Amino acid sequence: MAHSAGLFLVDRIMLVTIHEDINDSDIVELQDQLAVKVHAKGARGIVIDISALDIVDTFVGRIIAQLAGIGSILDAPTFVVGMRPAVAMTLVELGMTLPDVRTARSLGHALAQLRDSPTIG
Amino acid sequence: MPWHSCAILQPLDDPWPPASAVLFHRQPILTESDVVLGRQAVGRAMAEVGAREVRRIRLVTAVSEIFRNALRYGGGGEAVIFLDRVTKAVLVECRDNGPGIEDTALAMRDGYTSGKGLGMGLGGAQRLTDAFELHSRPNEGTRVRMMSRA
Amino acid sequence: MPMSFIQALIDSKGEEILEDWLATHHADGLTRRDLFSDAQGRQHAKTFFLALQSTLNRGADIDAFNLASDAWADVRAALAEVTRERVKRGVAPAEIAGFFLLLKYPLFDRLGAGAGTEEFSVVEQVSRLTRMIDAIAVQAMSLCIEERDRIIERQRTEMLEISTPVVDLWERVIAVPLVGTLDSVRAQEVMENTLGAIVDREADIVIVDITGVPTIDTEVAHHLLRTAAAIRLMGAECIISGISPRIAQTMVHLGVSTNGVTTRASLRAAVHDAFQRVGLTVVNAKA
Repeated sequence: MAHSAGLFLVDRIMLVTIHEDINDSDIVELQDQLAVKVHAKGARGIVIDISALDIVDTFVGRIIAQLAGIGSILDAPTFVVGMRPAVAMTLVELGMTLPDVRTARSLGHALAQLRDSPTIG
Repeated sequence: MPWHSCAILQPLDDPWPPASAVLFHRQPILTESDVVLGRQAVGRAMAEVGAREVRRIRLVTAVSEIFRNALRYGGGGEAVIFLDRVTKAVLVECRDNGPGIEDTALAMRDGYTSGKGLGMGLGGAQRLTDAFELHSRPNEGTRVRMMSRA
Repeated sequence: MPMSFIQALIDSKGEEILEDWLATHHADGLTRRDLFSDAQGRQHAKTFFLALQSTLNRGADIDAFNLASDAWADVRAALAEVTRERVKRGVAPAEIAGFFLLLKYPLFDRLGAGAGTEEFSVVEQVSRLTRMIDAIAVQAMSLCIEERDRIIERQRTEMLEISTPVVDLWERVIAVPLVGTLDSVRAQEVMENTLGAIVDREADIVIVDITGVPTIDTEVAHHLLRTAAAIRLMGAECIISGISPRIAQTMVHLGVSTNGVTTRASLRAAVHDAFQRVGLTVVNAKA
């Protein structure tokens, strides 16, 4: 997974970047690591940047939904940022609208929302 | 070979591959990295025929679903990618020698899954392509053919 | 020499043939004074005829006539030029084909001059000329159709662009006013334009206004909801406004769920809502 995804903790926000060449095992491993790290470091929010992901298919979409679910159970609201227009169009056509995942236009927007939200410590 | 069950929602023209198509890439689908390599090759093929980003991403997403199915449920297989510069299209065939699908029409339906998935893969892949044929024989394997224009 | 007879004829009697050709145009009602002047009509005929004449003089073989070959490139080019010019002015395809076909008669009329020599066969010459001129007319027809297809395609694209504008309402707020009937192709176009605009204009809120959409069916309703879902996936908010009572009823009857999508009855309400969300208030300066 070393090169296909990155986890960085900045100001108690867990930043997740996913690269184009990620495969199924990598992304499952990412899910494990993320849950452990969010819990261990007491992250108050998660931002997943998918701008480098070329495609989001049903598998990756489902993992993203699960990441958001895990985040919310661990009290770390999760944002997906940087989804490209063509990727968004394809995902809705696949029937995956990710209703329980928070989205923001950019990392900056997500951080601002995490900062402003009263429920987010 | 005579197929036991087939779901042809948007039929392809005969013959396969079309006379004007050329072989672009052959990709064994035996590991997860092969799935990534296969879909990257399809992306390059779409770029080669001048597809816009939306068109390219639609086909790459569709093949990603199909290649993963071949690996997970078909025990691996092979993808063959063709380029047709005349009709500006990319054609992809994916075969596996897995257990096959008993009822392909049912498998195409959203929500159907034999594994852990959401069951949107096959139907979704069909919606994202311009032509899609699924043929299967229990105990012998599954073959999917897809075509998308640039 | 039967081969060079046509070439010699077109070379030596060029002026007469051209005049006769123009006269047959006139007689057949192909001189469209409403679309171009006599001088322009003459120019078209002359351009083509001179290209034919010089091609034959250079030794192009009528027996091996093939419009697609290099030897006939000048004829092909002149034919294309004349055809495009005429299509642009609104000449019908049949009239354009007629323009070239009528060249047969001044040539046929002069075949008698060669009769009498032993190897000369009028039938053979007629067949050669017919083969060449018919091929030219067919090529002109297909050029006409190509040219028209191009015009139709351009107009279609222009119409799609006009019919799905994205309006800058305020910083971070864009509006997509939809007018007329939405079909799947247009709905797809709307989705693409809108999502592209979110990136280009850094929009946080998108108002999709359907005040100008008279009716809606399940398919279109789903397209709208898919658009709203895609807008949300990109991190922007979508407000659908201008939903008439009839469309609201239809949507409920069709069982279309608008869960998770903000809807407003009027564009005004949507704008108010959008401004509030980006932290703007509108005040009456006179009050």
